[in-house]
Amino acid sequence: MSDARDRENRILTWKLGAIALGALGFGFALVPLYRTLCAVTGYGDQGKLLERVTAIEHPDPSRTVTVEFLTDVASAGSWDFRPEKRRIEIHPGELYTAEFFAHNLTGHESIAQAVPNISPSEVAAYFHKTECFCFAPQHFALNEGRDMPVRFIVDPSLPSHIDTITLAYTFFDESSRVTRR
Amino acid sequence: MAEHHAHAAAHDDHDHKPHGWRRWVYATNHKDIGTMYLIFAGTMFFIGGGMAMIIRAELFRPGLQFVDPQFFNSMTTMHALVMIFGAVMPAWTGLANWMIPMQVGAPDMALPRLNNFSFWILPFAFTLLLSSLFVPGGAPAGGWTMYPPLVLQTGASFPMLIFAVHMMGASSILGAINVVVTIMNMRAPGMTLLRMPLFVWSWLITAYLLIAVMPVLAGAVTMLLTDHFFGTTFFTAAGGGDPVMFQHIFWFFGHPEVYILILPAFGIISEIIPTFSRKPLFGYEAMVYAVASIAFLSFIVWAHHMFTVGMPLAAQLFFMLSTMLIAIPTGVKVFNWTATMWKGSLSFEPPMLFALAFLFLFTIGGFSGLMLAMVPADYQYQDTYFVVAHFHYVLVPGAVFAIMAGVYYWLPKWTGRMYDQTLATWHFWLSTIFVNVLFFPQHFLGLAGMPRRIPDYAVQFTDWNMVSSIGGFGFGLSQLLFPYIIVQCVRSGKPVGNRAWEGAHGLEWELPSPPPYHSWTTPPSAAVIARGAAH
Repeated sequence: MSDARDRENRILTWKLGAIALGALGFGFALVPLYRTLCAVTGYGDQGKLLERVTAIEHPDPSRTVTVEFLTDVASAGSWDFRPEKRRIEIHPGELYTAEFFAHNLTGHESIAQAVPNISPSEVAAYFHKTECFCFAPQHFALNEGRDMPVRFIVDPSLPSHIDTITLAYTFFDESSRVTRR
Repeated sequence: MAEHHAHAAAHDDHDHKPHGWRRWVYATNHKDIGTMYLIFAGTMFFIGGGMAMIIRAELFRPGLQFVDPQFFNSMTTMHALVMIFGAVMPAWTGLANWMIPMQVGAPDMALPRLNNFSFWILPFAFTLLLSSLFVPGGAPAGGWTMYPPLVLQTGASFPMLIFAVHMMGASSILGAINVVVTIMNMRAPGMTLLRMPLFVWSWLITAYLLIAVMPVLAGAVTMLLTDHFFGTTFFTAAGGGDPVMFQHIFWFFGHPEVYILILPAFGIISEIIPTFSRKPLFGYEAMVYAVASIAFLSFIVWAHHMFTVGMPLAAQLFFMLSTMLIAIPTGVKVFNWTATMWKGSLSFEPPMLFALAFLFLFTIGGFSGLMLAMVPADYQYQDTYFVVAHFHYVLVPGAVFAIMAGVYYWLPKWTGRMYDQTLATWHFWLSTIFVNVLFFPQHFLGLAGMPRRIPDYAVQFTDWNMVSSIGGFGFGLSQLLFPYIIVQCVRSGKPVGNRAWEGAHGLEWELPSPPPYHSWTTPPSAAVIARGAAH
């Protein structure tokens, strides 16, 4: 094999290696890219759901939308977590309060964080919370159970094809993560 | 000239191959490494097949018979990982090693030591993966797609899974780099890109896909690893991460991956059908462009694997339509293969039989793929046996049959001997009948609502599951013929000439059978290349 070809082979090998490294970088770049895309389009944006807003009421009594509440816990058995009501009928533009009940069954003092999710995902841009237990980690004493409120207002400009909104919360026991820090 | 001489001497050293275990462990020869890849792939095919037999035995009737559900889930997960990364991909790399230097007129692969390295990673990767069957908590059972949060609950085998995937990925990337460098730099003078055989073309494009997407998989599993052990929250909602993002990253790798598994098959079929039709391939350039278009499209369709995660309508429409677009270049290929046979002088030796079965059965898999591409229909089909039937149709009578066709096509070239064609025809008919008995009923089961990856099922699914299991056992047993035929051929096959099949064209058939240790030490002449490139 000639030296010239050896050199060409080496150059191409390094170029292809660089492409592979670039692809690895691209894999990681997908993380901020994904977040940006969610933020820009507003689809299912967690940031928006975790953000306190001040909204003014402009009730639209001519329209009724069903809001369903779902709850889930990340580690089964350690928490009792459920909505007070499974579904309510609301008018867009009016402020509502929904209560969620959580009971610490972990056997120790605990800190938990609720993470919201909404579907259909395009609703995220129209669902405003003025107050939510999900804005901050919640402290629970051993065996403590209490009600926690979420106050929300649905934007009257909600697209007309939407008649049901599902708000889901997952409860994460954060004690280990907090104490580790 | 003195310099030239020194090189010749160095070369001389190469030609005396080491004997015993050194020949294999220190192997730098493309044929030796190709052989090792193929033997490795064959071994994994039987290990993964054994797992499939356990799955089909458990599903023979409703209720839990032989294994507990956790182990059943380990079997579905490991079967997929072993078959994809252990059997099909190494088989393609093995065929690439054997054939590409011979087909482009090169003495060997461009990077022989890298070649050795990329092969020898594999036995270690799979020892690691398979030994996870024996650790506390059992082998990974969260599915080969490794979706969080489920996969994060894997026991002691979790890091083994991640590092095994890392190693398989590294091996594939290095193998792919070697293929690209060989094809781009080592072609004989006169072997222009558009004279290359389609197997070489399809492998060139596959290699680029591998280089582009295997590192993305490595990134995704690394994020899983840090989520599990180092407190990052890429995919953990509690820390602001999103498990759906894993699916996006995974399928950004995963969809090109399915073309990595099938494009070399397109190449092989494009070699075999012209040979046994005694006609040049119809629409050679269209075939090249079709493969390239399929490869390009594979990057923009990934989310069709996850229509039900709650995507905006616009995204669902985009991914549905881009997916359906793939049917066009694939249709070009199917029609061109058919047109190649049109008015040809067909004969039905075993490689041709496997190629024809590929043509029919891969197309069935393609049609069910189109059905799955439709969003509203996919809502019903997703995670049912319909999906299982679909991807097994494209992978078993698709990729696996093409590998078998390739082996039966080139085995006389590799060994210089002809295998028992009657026995190989038996192998073909048994495989083809049983593969349909095995997978066709799974369409019905899926449409009726039977979910994937569950060891038990409702009683109304019993009959078709029983049929499917019988097909599975039949298919599994018939595969035992394959190694038998190969060993018998190597030991006592009748010697063949250079051109083992009278209609075969291409540089590999200009070499003696078996070919010399280094294929084209002097590049083939322009006349020989022109005779080879008969299209």
